[in-house]
Amino acid sequence: MRTPSLRALSISTVVAFCVSLSLVFFYAPIEAEEGFLQKIFYLHVPLAIVALCGFVIGGLFAIAHLRTGDQRWDLRSYVAIHMSLIFGVGVLLTGSIWARASWGHWWVWDEPTLVSFLIVFLLYATYQPLRFAIEDPERQGRYASVFAITAGAFVPLNFIAVRLSASYVHPRVLGATSNLPSSMALTFLVSLAAMALLFATLCSYELAAKRTRILLKVRSRTLGFR
Amino acid sequence: MSPTAHAPVGEHGLQEPHARTGPTSHVPVGTAKVVRALVRKELLVELRTLESVPGMALFAVTTFVVFHFALNQNTVSGQEAAGILWVTLLFAAMLGVNRLFVADADQGGFDGFLLAPVDRTALLFAKALALLCYLLVLELVAVPAFGLLLLGPPLGQALPGLLAPLALGDLGVAAIGTLVAALAVRTRARDLLGPLLALPLLVPIVIGCARASAPLLASAHPGGPALRWIATLALYDLVFGLIAYAVFDFLLED
Repeated sequence: MRTPSLRALSISTVVAFCVSLSLVFFYAPIEAEEGFLQKIFYLHVPLAIVALCGFVIGGLFAIAHLRTGDQRWDLRSYVAIHMSLIFGVGVLLTGSIWARASWGHWWVWDEPTLVSFLIVFLLYATYQPLRFAIEDPERQGRYASVFAITAGAFVPLNFIAVRLSASYVHPRVLGATSNLPSSMALTFLVSLAAMALLFATLCSYELAAKRTRILLKVRSRTLGFR
Repeated sequence: MSPTAHAPVGEHGLQEPHARTGPTSHVPVGTAKVVRALVRKELLVELRTLESVPGMALFAVTTFVVFHFALNQNTVSGQEAAGILWVTLLFAAMLGVNRLFVADADQGGFDGFLLAPVDRTALLFAKALALLCYLLVLELVAVPAFGLLLLGPPLGQALPGLLAPLALGDLGVAAIGTLVAALAVRTRARDLLGPLLALPLLVPIVIGCARASAPLLASAHPGGPALRWIATLALYDLVFGLIAYAVFDFLLED
């Protein structure tokens, strides 16, 4: 029942990635100051945006879980946060590479967005240790949801606080789509859409795998296997 | 829980024809009253066992000594002083946070509380207030000790301005610490998870407090506290107080 939507999602993700990568390499102009290396922007920023949205969406699912008591929301919340964590590793890696290429250091504290992302990442890195340190499955879901809501609300707050703390901010040439040339903005938006599709596809795969495993467990129990 | 109309329960069932509305009709106890009783219990337990506060204070003083040797400096000032003060207070606070719910989880305090027909949020308020008291006592020891051991410029002139960041920092640590302690206490690795969960959540507090108190501790031209940071701290405290209030009930639902 799940396969057609999974297949459609997978195919559209592949198509979107082909389009976005060809736009990145053949359509978007080479940036004057940073040259070819600036193209990592089309990977790094969509990754970061999707990961942060995934964290917040995990919090929203957690609210739905606590309000309805439906375990499926907890599963969705878990999958969204798990996938965002994996994307988060990508964000930190690509961010480091970009910082090294344009400022000469693997890590720069003056870049508030990168620093806040690290703090958020460190917080979410405790999600799984917290979750799996609780044995009772019902309580596990409930506590994980409380964590997901708290951390989801912390994401924007932390960004505000760290942004305030930066004494000076690097000239943010590429900060917003508004001051990008239109060809770059188009490429960026397509990359963002492709990354969001990838996130959705991977989440659906993980959800499908988890549902199947639960189903298998239930079936084998009813059939008398242990 | 409510008795049926035909079978009045309790010793006074026969004397009171309206037993159904008698002993079981609990007028909801005011939350303020419950909070007061719980805070009293917390402080009494702490006074009798002295489990948290002396340890926290001792830890803070020892950490100042460690900082003296680690930095190889006799006096510190400015941003450095603010950083040392806040890191020390934060880590000392973590000791109290880690122990905050341990007795309730291990010795049935949660069960006892859940059996009482009272608002569950009262426990959050009571624990946060108790933690706030611990932090105040900690600072009564740690701030003078810091002035004595490490701080270059005299503490007296900085102290009035330090009160606001200290108070707001305490409020934030109390709110976040209580929430995190409740989250971590019923896990297997609670001593590990408590600080791991709390430290990232407390980073904005550290930013605000350290920035607000740095100009006060400067050796030359000490200024007033940075109002922008005081406002940020107050806002963060408020938001996290509300979040803790919103989600705390779910941690007690067993």
